[in-house]
Amino acid sequence: MSNAVSQPVTSPFARVSGAQHRLLAFASLILLVVVFSIASENFMQTSNIIAILQATSVNGVLAVAATVVIITGGIDLSVGTLMTFCAVIAGVVLTYWGMPLPFGILAAILAGALCGCASGTFIAKMKIPPFIATLGMMLILKGLSLVISGTRPIYFNDTPGFTQISQGSIVGYFVPAVPLPNGVLILFLVAIVVAFVLSKTALGRYTFALGSNEEAVRLSGVNTDRWKIAVYTLAGSICGIAGLLIASRLNSAQPALGQGYELDAIAAVVIGGTSLSGGRGTVLGTLIGALIMSVLLNGLRILSVAQEWQTVVTGSIIILAVYIDMLRRKRM
Amino acid sequence: MTAAPSPVAPLVTMTDVDKRFPGVHALKRAHFELLPGEVHALMGENGAGKSTLMKILAGIYPRDSGTILVDGTTAALTSPRAAQELGIGIIHQELSLMPDLTAAQNILIGREPRRAGGLLLDEAALNQRAADIFASMHLTLDPRTVVGGLTIARQQMVEIAKALSYRSRVLIMDEPTAALNDAEISELFAIIRKLKAEGVGIVYISHKMDELKRIADRVTVMRDGETVGTVAAPDTPVETIISMMVGRKLTDDVAVVPDLSAAPVALEVRGLRRGKEIRDVSFDLRKGEILGFAGLMGAGRTEVARAIFGADPLEAGEVFVHGKKATIRRPQDAVRAGIGYLSEDRKHFGLATGMDVRNNIALPSLSRFTGFGGVLRESAMRTAAVDFIGKLAIKTPSERQETRLLSGGNQQKVVIAKWLLRDCDILIFDEPTRGIDVGAKSEIYRLLNRLAEQGKAIIVISSELPEVLRLSHRIAVMCEGRLTGFLPGGASQEEIMKLATQRSAAVAA
Ligand SMILES: Nc1ncnc2c1ncn2[C@@H]1O[C@H](COP(=O)(O)OP(=O)(O)OP(=O)(O)O)[C@@H](O)[C@H]1O
Ligand SMILES: [Mg+2]
Repeated sequence: MSNAVSQPVTSPFARVSGAQHRLLAFASLILLVVVFSIASENFMQTSNIIAILQATSVNGVLAVAATVVIITGGIDLSVGTLMTFCAVIAGVVLTYWGMPLPFGILAAILAGALCGCASGTFIAKMKIPPFIATLGMMLILKGLSLVISGTRPIYFNDTPGFTQISQGSIVGYFVPAVPLPNGVLILFLVAIVVAFVLSKTALGRYTFALGSNEEAVRLSGVNTDRWKIAVYTLAGSICGIAGLLIASRLNSAQPALGQGYELDAIAAVVIGGTSLSGGRGTVLGTLIGALIMSVLLNGLRILSVAQEWQTVVTGSIIILAVYIDMLRRKRM
Repeated sequence: MTAAPSPVAPLVTMTDVDKRFPGVHALKRAHFELLPGEVHALMGENGAGKSTLMKILAGIYPRDSGTILVDGTTAALTSPRAAQELGIGIIHQELSLMPDLTAAQNILIGREPRRAGGLLLDEAALNQRAADIFASMHLTLDPRTVVGGLTIARQQMVEIAKALSYRSRVLIMDEPTAALNDAEISELFAIIRKLKAEGVGIVYISHKMDELKRIADRVTVMRDGETVGTVAAPDTPVETIISMMVGRKLTDDVAVVPDLSAAPVALEVRGLRRGKEIRDVSFDLRKGEILGFAGLMGAGRTEVARAIFGADPLEAGEVFVHGKKATIRRPQDAVRAGIGYLSEDRKHFGLATGMDVRNNIALPSLSRFTGFGGVLRESAMRTAAVDFIGKLAIKTPSERQETRLLSGGNQQKVVIAKWLLRDCDILIFDEPTRGIDVGAKSEIYRLLNRLAEQGKAIIVISSELPEVLRLSHRIAVMCEGRLTGFLPGGASQEEIMKLATQRSAAVAA
């Protein structure tokens, strides 16, 4: 057969097209920034930019967690309440037990990993669909947070360095001109590490493979259950980090918070071009998606658009983003 | 009917293997033996249990009872991994690749080379390993190509590369050539001979009789879940093997080419064009005619068919149905104009695999089964489905069985039934007998002839020349997107191949 004839025509195109979606998302982000800076001179102020980034940090980290799960073709509805649960655990360790800061950090991340592992086990071993398993987990964790904290916020006043986790600025300490909050730095670090894991490690490879054709992975002799559990565990530990960030920002663990965050996270993932049917997606896209959401909210607020309308706009953006994704898929 | 006991110790011995699925007794005390360095063909009609037996050997299904010895010791074979560790590899009948990953990533899934103390994947080594395997197969393919964009044939080659990469001592190939062209099949056979010389035992499942003589040492025939017998391939006439398979003698009536010069033109295609894939294709199809499309893989036959059916866009061209211009932009336009298309890739386009046989057959004709208030008349659908299950001898426990649980060949029959029920005037069959056993094949040939006699206009695209010659009243040959010529039904294979490789300007038709 003539090899020239059957060289793949569609696959490089599919790739370019995935990159195109990210490019488009990035272009929309730039466009939003330009429009808002023309509309209001307050928008481009350094303090406002910092506020936007700071506002992105929590949702961004959660969205990165949601991304890995969504690439496997699954979904994690528990990221929001898990974040709160981890914050509460940090509060218990630091405030109730009075242990030093590193233990609180470790406890929060470990709690996240354990809960993620539990979700993963429900899904992989007990064959409960991800939507149901994580919906159950979402409610369980919401309840547990309230039970453990006695429905009252836990303050971190006795742990002096705690607010620095998110509010301090290591970058600003070295480069005073760029007072980048640590929370934003942590978001970037998490994103870089996860992007690295996805592209360079076996865990990353199986994440994509599971979303692409799980049966084929299983038939290849790979222990799919174990890897799936690993993915949810990773996502859970990232939620632990988000828990620390939000607790640090509020200087308290607010047990009633959390529900609703999962939808914002999934929205960011989708706007960033990750396919909900699995097999494809990037952390970079998710970051851009999260930024688009906070720039939009911030800009609309500066323009004094009512909060109700802000929600309407976010909803429309999600539908638009998925529509673009469908258009791209149809051409393949 | 068993060959003399083997002098060398067998690699695999399966005895009294039994397997039941809900409603199906798939294997009834089946037995099978594989020697090192032999190519052992496994044959039988669709649904005979070939794939099931081999899936049990590959650790995919557990067996209900029976013993399996690998190298003379009892093997548990509880998972694909356990089988791989015993050196048993399988190439599946239905492609099982991960479309979003590259060829190299697919081939070495689960065994990726690592670096940095096992922490990171070594992408360079990964691609190199895959490239080495491709080189040993004489295959030119970039290991970094994303698999989802490859043609079925190329995906099949990736599957084969994957199985080879396990360095298996037992290699099971479940219809590996169903989607390959002649050149690719020769490549595959060269690889098989090499493996054989290295002492690998190969199980070869195929419905193509001619391949038996070319490659197999022994043949085991299965029927209805039982092992009928094992015979030496070179000494046994094909007729004997066929009668072992079907339990009777087959008679294949030769098609008579009818005189169609007076028949009205059903489909007129003028100046179809799209880039390099379709270059100025025009032809007529008469009522009652079977027009065969021959050509090498990638010649553009499927592209033309899909374009006529409205599945892909066109740059230029007109289609007339019964003399009237038809504007076909989407498949639904084509179906309304009375054109049916049976896709070559049934898994992706032909079947709703999660739905049952009844609904799959009725899907394009639902309006016919819709009663008052849009309610579906299930009993009428049932009758129609049962009718076709009988007519095409579809092997299924009931019309409620999900199609993904049917054997490969029976899935294909369901797709055919679906378009027959729709009652289109013009039917395009793209590789209609891929993966279909000899018995069912001649049934389908007879069926197509009968449809033509009833006045249907039929296009048959096939990569198997004997099939094109057996069926066609007239043969259109394509090469590199062009129609290079038309031949009468009784043409020779040489004449077709000459046109199929003719790279010069198109011959006016
Ligand atoms: N997972 C399953 N669940 C239920 N029935 C099944 C399943 N797999 C196979 N069968 C049934 O078992 C029988 C044997 O199927 P098998 O796939 O082994 O046939 P085969 O000989 O490979 O046929 P073909 O030539 O069409 O591929 C068929 O009747 C099929 O419908
Ligand atoms: Mg089979």
